[in-house]
Amino acid sequence: MRLYLKYVSMILKCQMQYKASFIMTIIGQFLVSFTSFLGVYFMFSRFNSVYGFAFSEVLLCFSVVLMAFSITECFVRGFDVFPRLIKSGDLDRILVRPRNEIFQVLTSNIDFSRFGRLFQAVLMLVYAIPASGVVWTFEKAAAVIFMLIGGIAVFSALFVLYAGISFFTIEGLEFMNIFTDGSREFGKYPLSIYGEGILRFFTFIIPIALFQYYPLLYIIGKSDNPTYIFLPLLGFIFIIPCYLFFKFGVRKYKSTGS
Amino acid sequence: MIKYLSFFKIRFTAGLQYRAAAWAGIATQFAWGGMTILMFRAFYQNGENAFPMTFPELSSYIWIQQAFLAMFMAWFFDNDIFNNITSGNIAYELCRPCDLYTMWFTKNMAIRLSRTMLRCLPILLVAAFLPYPYGVTLPPDFLSGVLFLFSIIIGFLVLVAFSMLIYISAFYTLSPIGIRLLATSVIEFFTGAVIPLPFFPESLQPIIYALPFASMQNTPFLIYVGYITGGGAVKNILLQLIWLMVLITAGQFLMKRALKKVIVQGG
Repeated sequence: MRLYLKYVSMILKCQMQYKASFIMTIIGQFLVSFTSFLGVYFMFSRFNSVYGFAFSEVLLCFSVVLMAFSITECFVRGFDVFPRLIKSGDLDRILVRPRNEIFQVLTSNIDFSRFGRLFQAVLMLVYAIPASGVVWTFEKAAAVIFMLIGGIAVFSALFVLYAGISFFTIEGLEFMNIFTDGSREFGKYPLSIYGEGILRFFTFIIPIALFQYYPLLYIIGKSDNPTYIFLPLLGFIFIIPCYLFFKFGVRKYKSTGS
Repeated sequence: MIKYLSFFKIRFTAGLQYRAAAWAGIATQFAWGGMTILMFRAFYQNGENAFPMTFPELSSYIWIQQAFLAMFMAWFFDNDIFNNITSGNIAYELCRPCDLYTMWFTKNMAIRLSRTMLRCLPILLVAAFLPYPYGVTLPPDFLSGVLFLFSIIIGFLVLVAFSMLIYISAFYTLSPIGIRLLATSVIEFFTGAVIPLPFFPESLQPIIYALPFASMQNTPFLIYVGYITGGGAVKNILLQLIWLMVLITAGQFLMKRALKKVIVQGG
């Protein structure tokens, strides 16, 4: 852990060297998600509810998903750019070092400019918490925190899976974007609006709905099933197959040689 | 002219090589388009009257957008060009007996067109066979189809001309990442890639339609689905032409100014 913090401060200092570019990137990140927010806002200005979800309730969902995603993208970025490590052969260096390879990939890249997105997510959450008209209790607050933690777990697992697949394809697999970027983009609305089939897919196969849809139902009072509070924690189970797949990839790994 | 054509050919055939990537891309775009349509369907179930476009029009719009994504994606830049500027290799480019602006312009066109070639037909084909309100339909009449062809070519040139400005900005800033991201999000939003422009609030629409970004993908796609027809379409195409001329003139001017005092980065 001490070593990790050292890496964090090292990378932060490194990125701060190009201050103008760093700040521009943060603003850019903020703008990207802000336009996405405006898109939702414009849709709701035409009609004030979708599938029985009001604007502020959707924002609650949107902000938690975005927050989980941007935190993951910041700290698990190493897995996101993992194909580059394989292509360039830098992975060989990592594998010969006497440290856990997951740890080393994590510390190979941390992208602090993602804070621009995080900031946007925090703003939305701050707005949505009072505006959603939810009577906040301890359980509901806990559910929001679990949503966030579960979200980080599932997104991290997806990035690890993505990295694992690139052992076999060498290139990054564009299709995986539909699960990573896609779940951020489409996860801004409660997943039930896409229909029953999609909801099931995102519950049992890629467990996005576990931290997004079900706890949200509990928080906004559409369901009083208290197990929904803890459902996001099931997301941690998703890490296991993804991790095993990554391990499998490491074992099969043949260097690209360059 | 011939030399630019061969630049075009080289880039174009290079782009055609990535076929496996194209298949993955097609699958991704297909899922993406489908999810977008499902999202809109949820809103439309509240009652279609509140919305500016009918649902079949919207479905066509989304599929056309996915089919021609590679032509209009704002986030795509040719990294070779940026590297040229920041690494100093620009010196070699300057030695060539051709106009840098035209050369980069053609290279950009070639890459985007080759990617579109690989992707557009499979997407359109599958989308054409989807059940009625979810699939892509033909333009409402022959005239719209012809106008669409004109408009998509000009819109494509407008986008490339605009992205040239971003390349040129690298001469001034040297670190293009920030400006790239800023420009990308602004273009994507105002060109209707986040949500189609007719969904913007009515009060903002006159301004947004006058911006150069509306002259990129928005105009041809709206002509295709029949949202803009006849005289309105012609007027919009004229606006596209005006923006194209303005952007190219501005680009060439800025490029000249940048090249006058270009400092070749060593290394």
